[in-house]
Amino acid sequence: MMNKRMNKPILDVSGLTMNFGGIRALDHLDFEVQAKEIVALIGPNGAGKTTLFNCLTGIYQPSSGEIHLACPQSGKQTRLNDLKPNKITEKGMARTFQNIRLFSQMTVLENVMIGRHCRTHSLILGAIFRDRKTREEEQETVNKSCEILEKVGLSGQVNELAGNLSYGAQRRLEIARALATEPFLLLLDEPAAGMNPQETADLVALIRQIRDEGHAILLIEHDMKLVMTLSDRIVVMDYGKKIAQGTPAEIRINREVIKAYLGEDGG
Amino acid sequence: MITVKELTPINGISAFRRLFSCKKNKKIICKALKRSLLVSLWFVFLTFPIMVIKVNPIERTVSWRWGNIFYVAIGSFVISLLAKAWLVRKERSAARQASCSVRASIIQDLLNRPGCRYPLVVLLLGVALLFPHIFSTYQANIMTTALMYIVLGLGLNLVVGVAGLLDLGYVAFYAIGAYSYALLNLHFHLGFWVALPIGGLLAALFGVLLGFPVLRLRGDYLAIVTLGFGEILRLILENWNAFSRGPSGISNIPRPGFFGLEMSLDHAMIYMYYLMIGLVLLTIFMVNRLQDSRLGRAWLALREDEIACQAMGIDKTRIKLIAFSLGAFWAGLIGVVFAAKTTFVNPASFTFLESAIILAIVVLGGMGSIVGVICGALILILLPEYLRALSEYRMLAFGAILVAMMIFKPEGLIAGVRRTYCFQGRKNAAALQDDE
Ligand SMILES: Nc1ncnc2c1ncn2[C@@H]1O[C@H](COP(=O)(O)OP(=O)(O)O)[C@@H](O)[C@H]1O
Ligand SMILES: [Mg+2]
Repeated sequence: MMNKRMNKPILDVSGLTMNFGGIRALDHLDFEVQAKEIVALIGPNGAGKTTLFNCLTGIYQPSSGEIHLACPQSGKQTRLNDLKPNKITEKGMARTFQNIRLFSQMTVLENVMIGRHCRTHSLILGAIFRDRKTREEEQETVNKSCEILEKVGLSGQVNELAGNLSYGAQRRLEIARALATEPFLLLLDEPAAGMNPQETADLVALIRQIRDEGHAILLIEHDMKLVMTLSDRIVVMDYGKKIAQGTPAEIRINREVIKAYLGEDGG
Repeated sequence: MITVKELTPINGISAFRRLFSCKKNKKIICKALKRSLLVSLWFVFLTFPIMVIKVNPIERTVSWRWGNIFYVAIGSFVISLLAKAWLVRKERSAARQASCSVRASIIQDLLNRPGCRYPLVVLLLGVALLFPHIFSTYQANIMTTALMYIVLGLGLNLVVGVAGLLDLGYVAFYAIGAYSYALLNLHFHLGFWVALPIGGLLAALFGVLLGFPVLRLRGDYLAIVTLGFGEILRLILENWNAFSRGPSGISNIPRPGFFGLEMSLDHAMIYMYYLMIGLVLLTIFMVNRLQDSRLGRAWLALREDEIACQAMGIDKTRIKLIAFSLGAFWAGLIGVVFAAKTTFVNPASFTFLESAIILAIVVLGGMGSIVGVICGALILILLPEYLRALSEYRMLAFGAILVAMMIFKPEGLIAGVRRTYCFQGRKNAAALQDDE
């Protein structure tokens, strides 16, 4: 524990509040994510988990509070509050969506190539003249995308339209697309939703592998077995507030958590 | 990929026999027949007052044209049946092709087959080059107009078809191109070849200027604002007499020069035709490369899902502005050509109808598909020219065609196909399949 506390967190959220008119979806939320750590975010439906992701990635502007992201290599810290979503992705944080948002009329490979967009540069002139630099960049985009697709196990379907993939494959493609942006922090919103046990097991292996390659992961999930086996730390939310945080063993016996999940009488 | 067998249209009679062969089909057909009967009865009822009763107010007589009932009934019955058959066939082929990765149309398939591609392109090019010599200059002149609309369509296709930004004021950029040549020539005696790039760039600049405030809008809102922009520009041209000479327009604009050579009207027209062929080829080349690039992919992603697109690190404002100004660039170029071709510009040439026609070309041809847009332009521009009888009902036909397209073939005549890559497994083995 001591060791962890001395490291600077790569994601530092403090006092984050988000109001939708009268509804307070996030209420003074504080938490942090360390480098190469798997943190799970759990809580009943409507607790505000997805809203939190949307605030972190710049899709919503939080009403108040601070979000800071620090690159683990350079240690440079940036405030994310007023940045646009694409800038935030450029800084090194990528996400998947709870309700799959693939580019369904584009091929699997093209979806991943879109993820490479923020790491490449060619524009109009490069596209028209196709000079050597552009060709090399394009080839590199294809190569890296294929590598990532191999990693998530979709290399057999590169030319398939993304919309034609099975549900589980679409979830994995979303992860591949996010990985293509070279993030050091990956946000996964219910990646196992709708998967069968075999697919879930594959997913667990994949997430472990991604972590071992040096990415930190913040994960929203309802599958308790998955959360308990995978995560280093768990943050529990209810009604927009953090009600507990700790290791899986600590969370399992936490009275507040049991109460939130089972209702008032449950504890 | 689709096999050849599936693509060749099946023999009608044998198809019918096969249709009747199973019980389920019989049920579907009976239902369709019943429905079509109802539809035709309904049509007869609806059109009764205009098709059957004829009042002659001068002679104060009413004549009953009962024969028309049969035409209406049979016509609507057949059309309704055809529509139903098409829908059923489409459903089936969709189910059959759900497993296959990329759908291609016949033309696209031919173009992609290496053995067919070059002969086909050479043939088309040969016909295009010989066209003015085979047919009359008058025909070449009509074709020049069609070629201009091909370029306009390809330009708008980048904005509407590829990037998914509904722009109803495209004609404004066309007008900017035309007027920039007219005015530059009037005041500074600039020639066509100097004005051509200036007109294009000026239009692109206006594209950016318009883009900045409006690109945060989406869908319908963007459409309304661009529509407004087009109308405002036309009204300015119509009313600012000191600047644009108002509704009377600017005349005596010189045709494009050819190294100072004097040309007869006939030759000038043929020269114009070849110039447009060159412009079309250049546009196809550029648009093709743009679509198949980092930028083109980003546009497609933008069309599909704006939020996911941003979350993947794409600066949406930037690529929207680029799409807008590139589309405007081509409109500006063709505007200059238009001014040179007609030697006269006035605001009446740049009404909303023009925008609508160009948009119809894109939608009819196939959003995002170059071949589709070319076909769309040829159909929509040449058909009314050759079927003079139809040209009176042009707008009606446009409407009918577009509605029919929405129902039967929302992806357009020739849908765009995604590029495929061959993937050979291990590291660094994915090769770019070259398109040229
Ligand atoms: N765009 C929005 N406008 C209004 N209310 C919203 C919006 N997004 C989320 N909410 C509200 O915020 C609360 C949290 O939702 P959400 O973050 O999706 O929950 P979770 O992902 O934890 O299930 C819900 O009550 C929801 O109705
Ligand atoms: Mg959620």
